[in-house]
Amino acid sequence: MMGLAIQHLLGLEGVSRDDIIQILDTADNFYEVLQRKIKQVPTLRGKTIVNLFYENSTRTRISFELAEKRLSASPLNFSASTSSVKKGETLRDTIRNIEAMKIDMVVVRHGCPGVPFFLTQCTDAVIVNAGDGAHEHPTQALLDMMTIRQRLGKLERLKVAIIGDVIHSRVARSNAWGMTTMGMDVTLCGPPTLLPQHSESLPVKITDNIEKAVGDAHVVMLLRLQLERQQGGMFPSIREYRERYGIDLEKISAMRDDVIIMHPGPINRGIELSSNVADGDKSIILDQVTNGVAVRMAVLYLLGGGENA
Amino acid sequence: MLNKKDNQKLYPVDPTVPPGSIGILNGRVIDPVNGTDDRLCVAVDKGTIVSIAPELPSGFTPDTTIDAAGKWVVPGLMDMHVHLREPGREDRETIETGTRAASAGGFTAVACMPNTNPVLDEESKIRYVVQRGEPCTCRIYPIGSITKGLEGKELSPFGEMVRAGARGVSDDGKSVISSMLMKNALNYSKSFDIPVICHCEDSDLTKGAHMNESAVSTRLGMRGIPSISEEIMVARDIMLAEYTGARIHIAHVSTAGSVRIIREAKARGVNITCETCPHYFTLIDEDLIPAFDTYKKMNPPLRTAHDRDVLLEGIADGTIDIIASDHAPHVSEDKKDVEFEAASFGVIGLETSLGVVLTYLIGKKVIDPHRLVERMSCVPNRILGLSGGTLSRGADADITVIDPDARWKVDPNCMYSKSRNTAFDGFELQGYASCTISQGRIVYERGAA
Ligand SMILES: [Zn+2]
Repeated sequence: MMGLAIQHLLGLEGVSRDDIIQILDTADNFYEVLQRKIKQVPTLRGKTIVNLFYENSTRTRISFELAEKRLSASPLNFSASTSSVKKGETLRDTIRNIEAMKIDMVVVRHGCPGVPFFLTQCTDAVIVNAGDGAHEHPTQALLDMMTIRQRLGKLERLKVAIIGDVIHSRVARSNAWGMTTMGMDVTLCGPPTLLPQHSESLPVKITDNIEKAVGDAHVVMLLRLQLERQQGGMFPSIREYRERYGIDLEKISAMRDDVIIMHPGPINRGIELSSNVADGDKSIILDQVTNGVAVRMAVLYLLGGGENA
Repeated sequence: MLNKKDNQKLYPVDPTVPPGSIGILNGRVIDPVNGTDDRLCVAVDKGTIVSIAPELPSGFTPDTTIDAAGKWVVPGLMDMHVHLREPGREDRETIETGTRAASAGGFTAVACMPNTNPVLDEESKIRYVVQRGEPCTCRIYPIGSITKGLEGKELSPFGEMVRAGARGVSDDGKSVISSMLMKNALNYSKSFDIPVICHCEDSDLTKGAHMNESAVSTRLGMRGIPSISEEIMVARDIMLAEYTGARIHIAHVSTAGSVRIIREAKARGVNITCETCPHYFTLIDEDLIPAFDTYKKMNPPLRTAHDRDVLLEGIADGTIDIIASDHAPHVSEDKKDVEFEAASFGVIGLETSLGVVLTYLIGKKVIDPHRLVERMSCVPNRILGLSGGTLSRGADADITVIDPDARWKVDPNCMYSKSRNTAFDGFELQGYASCTISQGRIVYERGAA
């Protein structure tokens, strides 16, 4: 086994193609394990992994927890509201306390960008970013790439359009870094109010023109719209948003025949996607969910220094 | 005497002992007010400069002599934008520790901002700061608030505060959002000939944001503080100043657009001055990558390389009148042990300001030593209507001796400030204050032991 160049998974920015390929290949192996009758391997037996979730995310937490159990690790769930910081305990206190319980890895979800990096400076445990604010969500992007590769057999030179609330999306950022590293052509698209004012630091095309974005895309990925952004003045009405940026069968008919539709979930049905698209034959949304467990197993396994699978 | 590593000695003032006599020998005496730039000897007696001449007066045998050969002898430096945290947050800084830090940074005077707890918004609170400052190693000039409690609703009593010793007014930390109230503040300030010091920030555009809005904030996924949030208020306050004929001073200018707006207004003859801080002309938003360094979190935020370059042009051509530190002490539980968004804004600067200016402005030939003395002594004194900032015979002996060649490394553990949140930790700087003389007393010495 080669082992990864990275020691922690903080984001996909700067992660090499070799590392990504190794994670995806390992995930494919774990995908096979998940098809077996007995879905558990002893790889991380004896390792304690803390799922430190400052933000509610049942889906991501369950996916990680399941991955940990499948690897025979002992998961420990720690949910904290960010308000505990205001009660006097600093993030450093929290992580030191947890570390004192002799843990090996921390899977962290936090509303503030940079928290996973911050934790690497407070503890010796391996840190896996499960989403930090609008910064990165690397395992989501890895599972997206795994799912695309599974469907289309490759990643290189595929065109991807990521549509929606780009500015607030950690999924968009992680995919932008990961997919371009893998030789994919990424376009981010949304209303100008939901696109970053300064985008020159991202290795992608940016447009508010959805026809252009999806025109010859092999993959169309919708982002979840936070409905309260309407009150924030970022778009005027759900109806206008759906009409311009929502995907229905009519819009699909103008896309490539072999286009695949993705969404990190949970979907606002009838807004980002009409139900007949979300549940239609182009949609690979449920594959994404299944692959999420395999990718997280791969990441934990490769970073956790486990025994061979 | 308070020793710190690196041969620093600080001498607390004992008011019961009158100041003796000092001879400062053979330094390069720079005093732009009198047009002086010569190798001269300065004689100080009982708190006053008694002679500036090629030799000490005959018969003058000083209690202490300072060999200033190879050094600059300049009017005591003034930092007109510092936060001393007293009253309210004495765990971060006190008037005593803050003024020690000022002395160690070569400053003989500071102006302190009113955003304490309670806010300096009435006579008694101004008087409290003045009294607390009396036995300190550095002169202290309080700034009163523009509005009561910094709430932006009612004007503070400027007249009473000025009578108690306030030298200007500011709601530093935020803008007075109501244009009507700001217009009234400017008009009212004219009775007292004090500057209204403007923190320029349209808070509608900065809500929930923690760093500059730029390619870097996009990359880090952080909500950005756009440069226009500053520039909109700079433009508004300049228009209000022009309209009312009042005197304004724009605090901590950080963007290229602000420099342009101020330059145009000055060309039109508007009565404004402005400042920037050492971090804005040395550091940029990219310095936040990849560490999310909370010690580089300040408001206004570190901007882009372009903004930094335009600030340097503004310093060189005089659009930017003065350098102030915006010394903002924070304890580690507010700054270091927390995630970026939870960390407080602000950095300390009193003990690094001169070194950074010497290294990045003098060393890189942006300005010459005369301009340094103007921007860090003469002009801030003039803005606050003070008589300091010159080395005339008969003037109060507030003098800074600068060793322009000394090389040193910034070490937060060697600082006199109570807090350690410097953005320049580990920086290699050239030049520091080797001696600070306040009201005729040597309060600080650094260098050869
Ligand atoms: Zn301010």
